[in-house]
Amino acid sequence: MTVDAFLKKKLKYFDLDISFSCAGKNMVVMIGPSGGGKTTVIRMLAGLDRPDEGKIIFGNEVWFDSSCGVNVAVQQRRVGYVFQDYNLFPHLNLLDNAAFAAVDKKEVEALFEIFQIRHLKKRKPHMVSGGERQRCAICQALARHPRLLLLDEPLSALDTVTRRALRLELRNLKKTLSCPIIYVTHDINEALFLADEILPLVEGKNDENWLNRMLAREPSGDNSLRGVREPKLALAI
Amino acid sequence: MDYLALYVTVKLAVITTVFLMLIAAPVAYALAYYRFAGKSFLEALIYLPMALPPTVIGFYLIIIMGPKGFVGKIAEFLTGDSLLFTFTGIAMASVIYSFPFAVQPMKAAFSRIDRRLLESAYVLGLSKRATFFRVIIPNSLAGIAAAAILVFLHSIGAFGVLLMVGGSVPGETKVASIAIYEAVEMMDYRAAGMIALSFIPISYAFLLLINKLNEGSHK
Repeated sequence: MTVDAFLKKKLKYFDLDISFSCAGKNMVVMIGPSGGGKTTVIRMLAGLDRPDEGKIIFGNEVWFDSSCGVNVAVQQRRVGYVFQDYNLFPHLNLLDNAAFAAVDKKEVEALFEIFQIRHLKKRKPHMVSGGERQRCAICQALARHPRLLLLDEPLSALDTVTRRALRLELRNLKKTLSCPIIYVTHDINEALFLADEILPLVEGKNDENWLNRMLAREPSGDNSLRGVREPKLALAI
Repeated sequence: MDYLALYVTVKLAVITTVFLMLIAAPVAYALAYYRFAGKSFLEALIYLPMALPPTVIGFYLIIIMGPKGFVGKIAEFLTGDSLLFTFTGIAMASVIYSFPFAVQPMKAAFSRIDRRLLESAYVLGLSKRATFFRVIIPNSLAGIAAAAILVFLHSIGAFGVLLMVGGSVPGETKVASIAIYEAVEMMDYRAAGMIALSFIPISYAFLLLINKLNEGSHK
């Protein structure tokens, strides 16, 4: 299954205009400075935001087409969406959270085993660490058998050590999944580590030059590079 | 002691509370999550009973529920009886009188829920209705309980509205607060004192419960 997106939307400070596609078993990493429209793109794919114009085609299904007014509801798209935080329901323990929309509840235990949080299954989200919460959030998304997996800076709120561990788990996970994965980050190391394809998004546009400049570490006072460079400190460990 | 009046009071408060929880929840949901034309006017109208003197509410209820009012006509058509001076009549009055006290805490509790939680539920395939029952309600239990207690306390304290609409029919519309008033009128301070005293532990216990709930929700 392949997802193809052609998206246009007027945002407050710039116009978003981007098209890309991502095949099954592939991971497209969207990278760019904060406020560049990455989350908006993810939300449009999930069906939480509506593009002004464009198309989203998943396999042979049309999820969105502004020219004929098609807009498949968020509930029917069956995507997995891991937010930066706030994914889990505070009133449920980790197991019930992950099983919230599970296709097969038995699978959840197996996922917990893989993500090493089985011993925490009876804990409420506020009683575990941020990394454990994100592991659970990933289990929650996977247990639904998503047709498209959207990860919106899932590791940003975590400390460096946890981030590196989870990054590796995500790369291993990728090999076992058959759905397309769109991953958002502002950390170039994470992008290089995980991506099959990198999609630089700067002020709503695909900007390869920006990516090249950043990879070359060309010294410049360009503020848009600062945010993605500083996490390089992560490599020091 | 006038146990009958106490019984009518508790019966009225329980019925009002249960009924209001059911009808106020969708109203609070709409006020918390939807934007529509005239919303602030509607909201002010819902809260109006809180700002009006009880006798003013009672007066308009008499007009509406009386034999010439449209509610009164419907009731007479259905049951053949007038609503005034009946338990059904004061129950309706009590519901209207306490409506703002049910809507406001529930709306506040619903608004406190992070929108991202709702979006997460939608992404996971839940309809708005399912999200209401599986995410919103369980995460606003403290607010809903606070609303229920406020309504309960407010309806045991109702006096003016009930007196206007229901008068003082023993076993039917004579509630404890009216019984106290009548006892004092007849200089029977002992009877008035007994009923009055029975209110204090009930109200105090409920307030303690509200405080406990508030503490719990801030953790």
